[in-house]
Parts: sequence; structure tokens; C-alpha cells
Amino acid sequence: MRERCDPSAFVAEHLKTVPPSGIRRFFDLVSEMDDVISLGVGEPDFITPWHIREACIHSIEHGVTAYTSNYGLLELREEISKLYSQKYRVDYNPESESLVTTGVSEALDIAIRAIVNPGDEVIVVQPSYVSYVPSVIFAGGVPVPVSTKMSNNFKITSEELEDAITDKTKAVIINYPNNPTGAVMDKDSLESIADVIVEHDLMMISDEVYDCLTYNGTHTCFASLEGMRDRTILLNGFSKSHAMTGFRMGYALAAPEIIDSMMLIHQYSMLCAPITAQIGAIEALKNGEGEVQKMVREYDRRRHLIVGGLNKLGLECFEPKGAFYAFPSISSTGLTSGDFAEGLLNEQKVATVPGDVFGEAGVGFLRCSYAASREDIHTALDRMDEFVDGLKV
Amino acid sequence: MDKQTRHILEILEEDARTAPEEIANLTGMTVDDVTKNVEQLEKNGIIRKYKTIIDWELAGEEYVHAIIELKVTLERKLGYKAIAERLYKFPEVRSVRLLSGGHDISLTVRGNSMKEVAFFVAEKIATLDQVQGTTTHFVLKTYKEDGVILHEPEHIKRLQISP
Repeated sequence: MRERCDPSAFVAEHLKTVPPSGIRRFFDLVSEMDDVISLGVGEPDFITPWHIREACIHSIEHGVTAYTSNYGLLELREEISKLYSQKYRVDYNPESESLVTTGVSEALDIAIRAIVNPGDEVIVVQPSYVSYVPSVIFAGGVPVPVSTKMSNNFKITSEELEDAITDKTKAVIINYPNNPTGAVMDKDSLESIADVIVEHDLMMISDEVYDCLTYNGTHTCFASLEGMRDRTILLNGFSKSHAMTGFRMGYALAAPEIIDSMMLIHQYSMLCAPITAQIGAIEALKNGEGEVQKMVREYDRRRHLIVGGLNKLGLECFEPKGAFYAFPSISSTGLTSGDFAEGLLNEQKVATVPGDVFGEAGVGFLRCSYAASREDIHTALDRMDEFVDGLKV
Repeated sequence: MDKQTRHILEILEEDARTAPEEIANLTGMTVDDVTKNVEQLEKNGIIRKYKTIIDWELAGEEYVHAIIELKVTLERKLGYKAIAERLYKFPEVRSVRLLSGGHDISLTVRGNSMKEVAFFVAEKIATLDQVQGTTTHFVLKTYKEDGVILHEPEHIKRLQISP
């Protein structure tokens, strides 16, 4: 008899320090319940616009099912470059400064791996999307979380950033409009961040996947700031703007040296992003603007509905100016984020995500997605009202 | 058009019964401002009418619809307006449109039977002086009416929680 194996002994040491996503635990809880109203999703509730789906179907019917260039279809990269030069006045060479990835998640992963040496510190501005910290760890780097505050509308200040910088700092990851807070950064605030980036010779990884979902004023692309183009790895995709989450379509824009090193990993691990999704992305960029604006206007209405509703319940909620999340403080209830979210789910069957899964800065908050129908938002608010009332007794 | 007016119009176009309170919730305006704004839009004729889209077939009413294409000769000075006016005054005529291309005018006609619609076209429309010829297309099934899909399958399920 051969000796039995203990598979756990094979798991890499550095992975043992990475806790599973707090979202995962909630997902498991919810999946066992019926009739749940969900404000827990990080994806649009719209279906991908038909013209995009139709373009994909048409391409499959015509046998367009092969590999593409590792970089992605040139036509798509050209459309992306055109978008950035028209919308943000920042120019990227589609042949050497653009890489199409399997979702922004892949772009983020290889962006970090492309620049981080073992032991390098990467500042993660929080509350943040759940994958930033683990991605830094996977790359052998050291994540350094920096907390933003509701009193400052969850914007990062140059002082807060400076305080976290050491001689080991290599890069900063920001995400505005922000998941989970809905915060945006105005141009002036970003300029002061850009000064710090230059002063300390850092790279900025700017995840701007929610750029189209900006409700007051216009989004400022970090790479469009003076001198920032070559200091920025710009990440974006089609999931949020065009309701294409399942297509897994993202891209990175950066200096050729950076794109080359990202490409090195990408060509051996992913090879290329799925061609059907790339065809959809081309159609989205060529003819999708009208549908995007329609969805944005509807999100804007739901935003008013949920933020007004939450504040009426006594859950203080700052005005999110981007993305599709409201991030109310639940500290007035005396409960932790986890207890509040779990109680709300068990007693009233409303799914939300506790703020602390997005980092220390999210402690005492709750992420409520308004990528849900108005009817669901109304029902959820009614049920939350009952839950909060129940706490007072 | 300002942003708030566009919001109001889109909300009402989607659901004409949306209460002013709800429109206020959705736009951040006060109920008073919403009411005043809507009254103004009604007064200007921007909001023409509030209507209901009914699936009469499901209700058991066997209406017959037909699309009638007309070729017309124009009267001096009056142009298409004169013939359009003559046509739209018939209650059986549900819509009147001036077209480019092979025909000049398209009508939608509703009646209780094919015979009724056919006789209406033959007696009332084809006999008009300006009408040179008509082509009648009977509607066999309506899939989408004024932006509303009448028999939409259920939506796919999404994850309840996602990052």
C-alpha cells in the first residue's frame, strides 16, 4: 500500500495568509435562502444591449471563433485608443500601449505582477474592491492599506497618501468612481495626488472601470493629468458601462515597457481574451453610447431613490457620485457591519455586503448596490426600515 | 432640455402612472416642483396624453389590425396635410404617417373583423379623390407595441451577491 497523501501539505505557504473574500461567506448564506431581495450585486441588472449580443451571435454564426493576437484584436485596440483620445485627450498607440484582457481582474493581476518585486510595497486606497490586496500578495508584494473617510467623501488626500509611503513603496492602486463607496475624485484632488506620485517616483494603477457611471460633472482620467500618462497603468473594461460582466472584457493602457511586461505574463497564461467577447466590445465602442447613457440615467434615478431612502431610515449615507453603490454608515445602530448585514438577511431577507470586507475603512458601513429594479429597491428599503425599527425595541 | 425634465419624461414614458412622490424620490426634486414641472409639460403639449398598452388578444377581444399603404396625389397648396386630416378623423384609423419611399402614407386601422377592415378601406379610403391606390397588410401577430414586448420570456437569474 502506498502512503496516503495529505493534499493540504501541498498548498503554497503564501496563500495560507490570504483570507477568502468576505463576500464569499455571504454568498453562501444567501444561496440557501428563498425570496431574497438582493442589493448585494456588483453587476448591472440590465442585460447586455441587444446590438452587442447580436454582433457576438453573428460572429459565431460566421465561424469567428479562433485565437486573436495576444494583445487582442487590433480593431478593438484602435477603438479603445480613439475613445481615450476623444473623451480624455490622452493618446495611446493601439499597437504598443494597449492590451485586451479577460476582465479588468486579469489586467489588475498582471499589472501588479509586471511591476512588483518581492517585498515591494503597494499602497491600496480603501475601502477597495476585494481583489486588490490579495493580488498584491500573490505577486509577492506587501499591500499597505490606506483608509479614506466618509467625512472627506471617501477621497484620498495627498497627506494620507504621503504618510503611507516608505522607501519600499512601488505603486498605488486607486479606483474612482469607487466600489464600494460610490465616491469620485475631482480633478484638483487628483492633481495633488499626482504631485505625490511624481515626488516619490511611483507608478499609479488606476482602475477606472466605473468611469462612464459618473452622475455629477465629468470623470477625470488619471492618465490625462499632466505628466501622468507614463506613470499610470490605466485599467478599464466593459462590464459596468455596457452591462457585459459575463463577457469578461477588460483592458490596460500604459507605456510600451509596461504593456510589454504585462504581455509577457498574459501571453503565457491567458494567451488572449475570448474572441466573441472582443467582437462584442468593438460593437459596444462603435455603437453603444446611446444605450450606456440610457442606463446611466436610470442608475441616477435609482441613486436618488436609495440614498434618500437610506437617509430617511436614519442610516447616514453620503451622496455617491459614481458607480452604482450607496455606502451608508450603520454605526448609529450599534451593530457591526457583519452583524447588521447578517441580521438584515436572516430577519428581512435583504442581501447587502458588510463594509468591512472592503477593508478596515469600511468598518461600520454597508454596501447597498442600486443595480436593482426600483421595485426591489423600494421593497428592500421597507424591509430595512422594519429591521432598523426592530433594533430600537 | 434640462436634466430633470429629461428624467421626468423618461420616467413617465416608461410608466405613466408614476406618482409625483415617486418622481421626487427618483430625481431628488421636491414633490411640488415635480407637479409644477409636469403641469407645464402637459400645458406645452410635450406630454400629449397618458395611455395604456393593452394586450386585447389576451383579454379575449379579437381585434383585427391592418397596415394600409397609400399612394396619393397632392392638392395644390395644401400638400399632404389635407389628406392626412381627412384620414385621421376616422376613428378606425389608429395612426397616420407620411413616408419616404414607394408609398406616401401609411395607416394603421383597427376593426372587429377582416371583413370590416377590408370594407372600411374599400369604401372610405380607396374612394377618396387623392388616393390613387392602396395596399392592405393584415397584422397576424404583434410582438412588440410602442417599445413594449408583449410576450417577454423570464429574465435570466443573476448571482445574489457578487464583488
